[in-house]
Amino acid sequence: MDKNISFTLKFWRQNGPKDQGHFDTREMKDIPGDTSFLEMLDILNEQLIEEGKEPFVFDHDCREGICGMCSLYVNGTPHGKTERGATTCQLYMRRFHDGETITVEPWRSAGFPVIKDCMVDRTAFDKIMQAGGYVSVRTGAPQDANAILIPKQDADEAMDCASCIGCGACVAACKNGSAMLFVSSKVSQLALLPQGRPEAAKRAKAMVAKMDELGFGNCTNTRACEAVCPKNETIANIARLNREYIWAKLKD
Amino acid sequence: MWLFNSSIGRKVVMSVTGIALILFMTFHGCMNVVALFSAKGYNMICEFLGANWYAVVATLALAALALIHIVYAFILTIQNRKARGNNRYDVTDKPAKVEWASQNMLVLGIIILLGLLLHLFNFWYNMMFAEIVGVKGLAHSPSDGFAWIVDTFNQPVFVCLYIIWIIALWFHLTHGFWSAIQTIGWSGHIWFNRWKIIGIIYVTLLCLMFIAVILGFALGCAPSLCCGCGAECNCGHGDLCECAKNCANAAGACCGK
Amino acid sequence: MVKIDSKIPEGPVAEKWTNYKAHQRLVNPKNKLKLDVIVVGTGLAGASAAASLGEMGFNVLNFCIQDSPRRAHSIAAQGGINAAKNYQNDGDSVYRLFYDTVKGGDYRAREANVYRLAEVSNNIIDQCVAQGVPFAREYGGTLANRSFGGAQVSRTFYAKGQTGQQLLLGAYSALSAQVQAGKVKLYTRYEMLDLVIVDGRARGIIAKNLVTGKLERFSANAVVIATGGYGNTYFLSTNAMGCNVTAAMSCYRKGAYFANPCYVQIHPTCIPVHGDKQSKLTLMSESLRNDGRIWVPKKLEDAKALQEGKKEGWEIPEEDRDYYLERRYPAFGNLVPRDVASRAAKERCDKGYGVNNTGLAVFLDFSESIQRLGIDVVLQRYGNLFDMYEEITDVNPGEKRKTVNGVDYYNPMMIFPAIHYTMGGIWVDYELQTSIPGLFAIGECNFSDHGANRLGASALMQGLADGYFVLPYTIQNYLADQAIWPKVSTDRKEFAEVEKAVNDRIERLMNIKGKRSVDSIHKELGHICWEYIGMGRTKEGLEKGIQEIEKLRKEFDTNLFIPGTREGLNVELDKAVHLDDFLTMGKLIAYDALSRNESCGGHFREEYQTEEGEAKRDDENYFYVGCLKYMGSDAAAPELIKEPLEYEAIKVQTRNYKN
Repeated sequence: MDKNISFTLKFWRQNGPKDQGHFDTREMKDIPGDTSFLEMLDILNEQLIEEGKEPFVFDHDCREGICGMCSLYVNGTPHGKTERGATTCQLYMRRFHDGETITVEPWRSAGFPVIKDCMVDRTAFDKIMQAGGYVSVRTGAPQDANAILIPKQDADEAMDCASCIGCGACVAACKNGSAMLFVSSKVSQLALLPQGRPEAAKRAKAMVAKMDELGFGNCTNTRACEAVCPKNETIANIARLNREYIWAKLKD
Repeated sequence: MWLFNSSIGRKVVMSVTGIALILFMTFHGCMNVVALFSAKGYNMICEFLGANWYAVVATLALAALALIHIVYAFILTIQNRKARGNNRYDVTDKPAKVEWASQNMLVLGIIILLGLLLHLFNFWYNMMFAEIVGVKGLAHSPSDGFAWIVDTFNQPVFVCLYIIWIIALWFHLTHGFWSAIQTIGWSGHIWFNRWKIIGIIYVTLLCLMFIAVILGFALGCAPSLCCGCGAECNCGHGDLCECAKNCANAAGACCGK
Repeated sequence: MVKIDSKIPEGPVAEKWTNYKAHQRLVNPKNKLKLDVIVVGTGLAGASAAASLGEMGFNVLNFCIQDSPRRAHSIAAQGGINAAKNYQNDGDSVYRLFYDTVKGGDYRAREANVYRLAEVSNNIIDQCVAQGVPFAREYGGTLANRSFGGAQVSRTFYAKGQTGQQLLLGAYSALSAQVQAGKVKLYTRYEMLDLVIVDGRARGIIAKNLVTGKLERFSANAVVIATGGYGNTYFLSTNAMGCNVTAAMSCYRKGAYFANPCYVQIHPTCIPVHGDKQSKLTLMSESLRNDGRIWVPKKLEDAKALQEGKKEGWEIPEEDRDYYLERRYPAFGNLVPRDVASRAAKERCDKGYGVNNTGLAVFLDFSESIQRLGIDVVLQRYGNLFDMYEEITDVNPGEKRKTVNGVDYYNPMMIFPAIHYTMGGIWVDYELQTSIPGLFAIGECNFSDHGANRLGASALMQGLADGYFVLPYTIQNYLADQAIWPKVSTDRKEFAEVEKAVNDRIERLMNIKGKRSVDSIHKELGHICWEYIGMGRTKEGLEKGIQEIEKLRKEFDTNLFIPGTREGLNVELDKAVHLDDFLTMGKLIAYDALSRNESCGGHFREEYQTEEGEAKRDDENYFYVGCLKYMGSDAAAPELIKEPLEYEAIKVQTRNYKN
């Protein structure tokens, strides 16, 4: 059984994108170690509601590390620090120490305006996807699935790229607010597969153009993104995106 | 034009100008090493790179590269700060794999720029510029590069400043080297580590070349200063210099014939 | 008595769908441009339907409660998706997939629907591969398959342990393409709160903009709901926190029948509950049962020692372990269908053989397979699941603890059944149209294809089948003559009335101004449901459950507290609306369970079991779909309408996984 811990929780309150925002502080007592970080916040909210206060707002949904909705900046790291990389919902309180101060902040980036408290607006990612993150194929009658042979190695690599959950931790961690890891993961997935090749050049150009238009920063290869990615996407994807993009532009 | 208005394009410009500057520095480093061994050889190069049309053109091209690199650095930084937004994190915890240099490229770049200005003042102003404009009353002939080296590194202040400059350059390039290759897309899972190691070795050798020249002259142990190992008299007679007392004076010494 | 028309086409079961498509009405391309379709939900069913309809030319309005369509809970499906490709040459066929699904559903599904599902399953794989879904491959470049519970062939396609994610991202990308093309308009962070009916047809919805808090009206020629299941009625389930039944309930209140709500699937391999602060249950992929062996101790004293924490699982020697699934079901062993595996676990725990401090857990052990295959192979297959398990429980199932007489003992995992999927849902006919004309229900939200129990890897199949291949056809049969009517203005009185009703409801909830938080009441509802309407049900229990829910409903109506105002974002208010509907849903499950005096699939009545504890079905009296009709108020008991099942192709028999 895990021990219970007590700590000081500093959490960000902000009433809308224009509001200045500030930290609230609260002493949390006797939280069991096998509580997840979000369950700890549930406890916080239960206490706040009991006192007639508004609960602390944050995004969350599946709570099993796959939907990409949770987005908290915990103690200076997006999603909090774990060894293998995990989303906030998969962060457990046993990773914290008794008496420590835990600071919770929203993703801070111009691309992700705050809606309320730690809930941010990530629709920019959808817009980038809409610009070209797909293979144009009609529903209906494609060829038999096994008609396209894909070497296992390529399929596996494409799968790794496709694991991205679109949480935005990469943007949150990047000192330049760059979305390159997100964009490159999608471009890479489809660039690695024969199905994605016909549109590869168009896709790379369109997605990068949209990303730039939405005001995300330029990649300066600091690798902060891959260090915090809960799905372990790597900057090898960014190199591939660069390659795809440069070739596409040179061919124009 | 994608090189101006796309994020990857702008980075490609940084990358290509950066690689070109590294190549120039490689050449410059090799040239400097000649000074360690032969004053005559070094001055031959200086003369070759004097106010000749090709040297001037190359210099202008080089200046353009550096200027583009610098201007883009500022543009990118401004854009990136804007993308970051106005709110800063209260607590930040830098992941172990994030290199210090990668997050401070602009600061390092500014130090390098200041060093460069000093360097231009110390050498280029006295040499190529003096030759073109015809500046009078200088301590040495514009094509006597060797003498300017000796002069400069006789002063400990400059030695210190130059060493700081080279250290900043080392940090800037250890990140810049692989980053440039990553930006032009010539990297991947396997080659990422290879490029990183190649980059560190290459950049370290490059910086060692520069440092060796600085220290060689500062400490007076450059072989070219020492008559015993082949420094030639520069009075034109071609005989070996007999001065064996003070290596630091060797460059100006005459065989007396 | 209302007669139910399920509109099953003529002909032998294998030809029905082909016949239907050959004779259905279509909408000509010009008219498609005039027709608007509302699709609520962006999971596998919703996103694929919205994308396909948009691509065909309809104007689609697509709603989701999350910040992006890609967050829908379909994303969490781990194991895979079934299809009758027979790539493995193990004798699979459309008929066999059809048969397995009907059998797995304990003969309570509609034959024609299931056959169609099996028939289009192959198209789904083709479609997804064409979209760039990175399914697992063999070295030769062909698609790989794995086996899954309830089947004797390998027909499950998978993408690591993230099949649902990859399929959803595929559908999401198709949707994104249509958004870009201007054919789909996306409304994220919007929640459908009610359905608007004009002249007897579904013609629009009232949705709440969750960020501004404002109610907005949307009109269309047809409404499709793809809003998932009602598993969160039980508070603790494998569903996402946001999953709710509000959209479905609003359709139910407007007259759509709710079919078979008592069929609730309990997934056998979840991480056991650890404390009262827990917010959800984490599923461990069912694929673990391929190589893991499920056991409890043979001796009660060992179980007691485990419960008191005096012993750990690996300390119990091989001869003292009871591999109860292998013992009871020699033919299928650990791969029996979910309902069977879940009930067997409950049976052991009820007898006192539970292995954790709450006595509500069994072991899932990899010692044998690690010894057989080597740790590397096992980690390659399940490494990410092992990591996930360790992250949550601090126990590493890949850690060897001792070797005795050449037998290695590893840390076993602990698992326990949890609410996972709901087979019941809004009643739909063969065209996926509900009992309200113009209202369609697809995916988990409808009841149609799984009968009383769903087989592993079939949910993804159904969601995509409905969205890509069924609804886009059948909806045209309805829309074919709708283009002649003018667009319905949202200024009409029908819209105003429904909006006012929604408004009043929100005001009512805000004005209760009691003391208790939504979650505290929801947790209580969960306890009641799990206790009385859960895995083992009895008449008395169900009646008690209904009473308890009614009591809780009073507490909710008088003592709920929602902080803040209704302006702007108010998460608690949204949760309160959901809970309001879960309370009604809980009763609906109980009423249905009470009416079904038999045990079948996900519905187990303790009065109706064999001496060996197996489910006892009653085909004589309960061979029907139970449709519940709203009787004007949430307090009133619903009316039960029966849709008799007719089987032509399959002989109904007792499910047997023993030999």
